[in-house]
Amino acid sequence: MWLFLARRIGLAVAIVAVAVTLLYSMIHAVPGDPASVILGPRATPEMREALRERLGLDRPFVVQIGSFFGGVLRGDLGTDIVRDRPVADIVFAQLPYTVVLVLASVGWAALVGIPLGCFSAVRRNSLADRIIGVLSVSFIAVPYFAVSIYALLIFSVGLRWFPSMGVGEPGDPLSQARHLVLPAFAVGLSWVGYIARMVRASMLEVLGDNHVRTARAFGLPERRIVFRYALPIAVLPTITILGVGVGYLISAAVFAEIVFSRPGIGSLLFESVGQRNYPVVMGAVLVTSVLFVVSTTLADLANALLDPRAREKL
Amino acid sequence: MAADEIPVAPRRADGFLAGLRRLTRDGMGLFGLVAVLLVVLSAVFAHQLAPFDPTRIMVGPRLAPPSAEHWLGTDQLGRDVFSRVLVGGQVALQVALASIAAAVSIGLGLGLLAGLGPRWLDNAILLLFDTVRSFPVVIFGLAVVTVLGPSLTTVIFVVVVTSIPTYGRVARTQTLAIKNNEFILAERAMGAGTGRILRVHVLPNIIGPLLILASMDVPVVITIEAGLSFLGMGVQPPTPSWGSILNDGFSYIRNTPWPVIAGGIPLILTTLAFTFLGEALRDTFDPKLRRDL
Amino acid sequence: MTAAPDLLSIRDLSLSFRTPRGRLQALRRVNLEVPRGRIVGVVGESGCGKSTLIASILRLLPPNAEVTGGAIRFEGRDLLELSPRAMRELRGRRIAMVFQDPMTALNPVLSIGRQMIDVQYREGRSRREKRERAVEMLARVGIPDPAQRLEAYPHQFSGGMRQRIAIAMALMMEPDLLIADEPTTALDATLEVQIIGLLQALQRDFGCSILFVTHHLGVVAELCEEVVVMYAGEVVERGPVEAVFRNPAHPYTARLLACDPGRIVERSRNLPTIPGEIPDLVSPPPGCVFRPRCPEAFARCELEAPAEHAVGSGQSARCHLAEGEGR
Repeated sequence: MWLFLARRIGLAVAIVAVAVTLLYSMIHAVPGDPASVILGPRATPEMREALRERLGLDRPFVVQIGSFFGGVLRGDLGTDIVRDRPVADIVFAQLPYTVVLVLASVGWAALVGIPLGCFSAVRRNSLADRIIGVLSVSFIAVPYFAVSIYALLIFSVGLRWFPSMGVGEPGDPLSQARHLVLPAFAVGLSWVGYIARMVRASMLEVLGDNHVRTARAFGLPERRIVFRYALPIAVLPTITILGVGVGYLISAAVFAEIVFSRPGIGSLLFESVGQRNYPVVMGAVLVTSVLFVVSTTLADLANALLDPRAREKL
Repeated sequence: MAADEIPVAPRRADGFLAGLRRLTRDGMGLFGLVAVLLVVLSAVFAHQLAPFDPTRIMVGPRLAPPSAEHWLGTDQLGRDVFSRVLVGGQVALQVALASIAAAVSIGLGLGLLAGLGPRWLDNAILLLFDTVRSFPVVIFGLAVVTVLGPSLTTVIFVVVVTSIPTYGRVARTQTLAIKNNEFILAERAMGAGTGRILRVHVLPNIIGPLLILASMDVPVVITIEAGLSFLGMGVQPPTPSWGSILNDGFSYIRNTPWPVIAGGIPLILTTLAFTFLGEALRDTFDPKLRRDL
Repeated sequence: MTAAPDLLSIRDLSLSFRTPRGRLQALRRVNLEVPRGRIVGVVGESGCGKSTLIASILRLLPPNAEVTGGAIRFEGRDLLELSPRAMRELRGRRIAMVFQDPMTALNPVLSIGRQMIDVQYREGRSRREKRERAVEMLARVGIPDPAQRLEAYPHQFSGGMRQRIAIAMALMMEPDLLIADEPTTALDATLEVQIIGLLQALQRDFGCSILFVTHHLGVVAELCEEVVVMYAGEVVERGPVEAVFRNPAHPYTARLLACDPGRIVERSRNLPTIPGEIPDLVSPPPGCVFRPRCPEAFARCELEAPAEHAVGSGQSARCHLAEGEGR
């Protein structure tokens, strides 16, 4: 089991390292050096030189990358050139907001999606099942930022049920919750579809399984069979796809942050890209990659722990 | 009991027309097919159908609601939204076509390489696929924009790269499956070269699944393009894109909902249409491709 | 013949499946009796309807199944008339079942102790008592170190062990009738012998009836006291095992016995087979269902479906040739 964990972590580190290296190289491979790009055409040569020195761009490429990663290991992600603060501080200040949004979205998606899927499976081919099926596909198909925009339009601008900007008052959980509702709804909506479909397919498979037949032959009540025997097994694949779908969730969260003017990694990245604030871009991408890789590993681990069959394979 | 239930296996499409007939019997499939045809037609003939020049400003009052003259109203620069939507559709489909074609070709190549090459190469390519496929697209897109700057090319690049794994995996699976097939071994024993085997055996088997995947990929591609354009990172003005129409409308969302509705509805309808069609195609022709993500 | 009423008595049972091609008549006028405390075997080739038959006893049929006639009487009560709730009461308690595939019959994510305790959910015993009962049964079927093994999962046992566990679960509630659906088909010959021996011993101890479905004639000869021969959804012959195996009254039974590799005495290059195939049950042929493959068929066989005729003490066959031979 520890071997498995070590391998996964090693893989994760490798992926992040590769991604960041690629990004770094691409930024510096672009014709025209970053300093000029950042400062614009009106910068004087002295200003450019000074910036280049500050960014360490005058050193050989390999040294630059090396020092960057060295810094990362020390927790130093560089310095924000616009605000002149450590990138690490800025990024980690924004990170919690994104994490909260993602968790809330997954939470509500699972809360609604799993029962829907279960219901669909048990009432297979009924009208309700078909409707849920069409809705699931629709939820999956609709672009996530469109959902954010329309949620804002209908529920905030139109009906005025929920606020449309920001995160709410610090220290006031109710206000923060209210500000979280629409973004979480928007980000999680397509997941309701995925999860419902996944659970339905899983459940149908499990309900047809031989051991469910055995349970029925022993006279166990249907409700117990569905909830205690079938559902726990059917839910397992959901955890794995949640792990793989984190990337998708993060993308949706980025849009939600922008549409609802929420702070978070998404807004930060968007803003920094606009400003050509390379250190912050690098930092944000790095942190997101790590987040992504950690979630996938956690999901795999969770799956392994919960399914005794998979445990053996570890 | 499961053993005694008489299963009725779906009859394999004995011909394209038979499959088509089955497709249209399904409600969703029919809707998808019709809607997709409408979208494609309106995109192809966008310039002919558009009542106004989509980039011309002040052809009407600003931010006007829909009227007889401007079916979808006007935007903040007085441009006719309906015309912009039509041409935006053309842009979206062009991007989709170009990028999917590129992604299929490259994916095919990489998949074949992975299937036929040495084990370590296969593992490496597979790892690459898995990572790229699940990495957040927007983050990747923003990173690329940082380097390449916002433009249509950037969007196409992002879309192509994130789509390659989908096709690559299928190509690889098929290649692996066929590689060890017995009659392939027999042919090799008779001296057939890799090229011939590829052409005659591997490719025909791959085309079908790849096409179905491509049709299911269209809505994803359109979404990515619209999303990046919405952020201002994609198609640059004055070229209309559904994403940029949404963006323009979004700035004025408190003044009038119409631009937002006008930009969003065609996007949603198109993605729904292609998705329904894609699902129906897959269910009809190749249920094995069913993966829930 | 004993005067006590039979534990299980199936009369004239007919069942069809609704399929897109039409109604598939899976069971046609099946008659079968299982007396108290006796072991009855059901044999037939694949597709003859044996599995459907026992699924109907427990009423575990798929939704497209429809009983079109007959009765299944368990201790006098017609099971087909029972409410689902009443039926559930019987399952596991008065009628228990052991399935063919030990690999998949047990829930893979619950420990076997969990499953064995769950099965006792209707008993008003304490959890500890249920646990003890489970341990006791596991010891009875020969699982070593049962108290420890309660925590283990099904995949940690071998196939033979899993089948023993399944048998333990089935007999734990001391049912009146144990139905075994090809319990040894998935096991190799040595294991088969052990399981059969186990069943024999347990049957002696518990005194339950066993309805044993198999296509292995040797097992029937070894284990069962009575045998029922099925073909294409019908019971073509039944009676005491010795009588049926020594003097088969139905041509199908005779051919079946002749094909059994264990009985072949002459060396030859080919194994005997019964030429032909099972008829299409959506539109079965008029007359006797075995006629197309029967070497002794004559004109009447094509026109008229034979009734069940008695041919000896307790033995009967559904064949025109058997008419008039009984006492």
